[in-house]
Amino acid sequence: MQVRLNGEVREIPDGITVAGLLAHLKVKAQRVAVEVNEVVVTRDRYEAQQLGPGDSVEIVAFVGGG
Amino acid sequence: MADTWSIGEHTFTSRLLVGTGKYPDFPTMQQALAASGAELVTVAVRRLDLTKTGAESLLQWIPKGMQLLPNTAACFTAEEAIRTARLGRELEMGELVKLEVIGDRRTLFPDVEGLVEAARVLVKEGFTVLPYTNDDPVTARKLEDAGCAAVMPLGAPIGSGLGIRNPYNIRIIMEAAKVPVLVDAGVGTASDAAVAMELGAAAVLMNTAIAEAKDPVLMAEAMRYAVEAGRKAYLAGRIPMRLHAAASSPMSGVVGSP
Repeated sequence: MQVRLNGEVREIPDGITVAGLLAHLKVKAQRVAVEVNEVVVTRDRYEAQQLGPGDSVEIVAFVGGG
Repeated sequence: MADTWSIGEHTFTSRLLVGTGKYPDFPTMQQALAASGAELVTVAVRRLDLTKTGAESLLQWIPKGMQLLPNTAACFTAEEAIRTARLGRELEMGELVKLEVIGDRRTLFPDVEGLVEAARVLVKEGFTVLPYTNDDPVTARKLEDAGCAAVMPLGAPIGSGLGIRNPYNIRIIMEAAKVPVLVDAGVGTASDAAVAMELGAAAVLMNTAIAEAKDPVLMAEAMRYAVEAGRKAYLAGRIPMRLHAAASSPMSGVVGSP
């Protein structure tokens, strides 16, 4: 299925969870925060929350800033 | 008694807050952060580069014991800033946020309407909000009324190094505020930081002045001392300015006098 991931259309496995997506992308979950359709997904919901076609997913981390 | 200050439930000894942007490399940043003596450091929230998921994390280079202050830099609407603050809270597991809602790309001056709107929402959601704002006493009052834990008027545009351009407005803001007033942005060198503290600021926040100095680590140390010196001078109480001299040595009993 297709989702919009950090602004780009990407093909990801059907019915994947947020935890599954992070593993699929080789992202360390403790270093990022995730938003699906403009709502933050808290860490305790990564395993439960499934993604659907057309979802907009943002994966963010801290970078240097003032 | 120790000269501490507080934001929300956090108490600090250092009155210097520093950013983590624009350093030539992480090791230099790490040394500069340590040399600054800061206890609060700002960080930005950005999309993870999914092509470099194994890259080094900024967090590994922030000295232990420093409290992170996520910002909402580069957000141009209240909605963007609110979303970014929520993501920052999820990353940091803390409620502190440096709130920025920018209104103009060239000057990076705040959009004060959006700022107040975002502040109201975030305060209701339990955030401890530190808003980056104009040196405008009316906006500062609105932010305080909205429940912000501090107000952070700019000394000059972000990264400009112009110093404290309107010390009188900063003084007026301080006169009225019941929350800590921090001077955020505009510091170019140590004397600017000292001026901010001599005006009575609770603290000073800076990034570019340290990160883009020829020697960031040495400048971080200079800023640490400037902030301390300015604070002590404020507490000590400066002498009034006089037009004419007031001799320091006795004028009488000079050898050869009649």
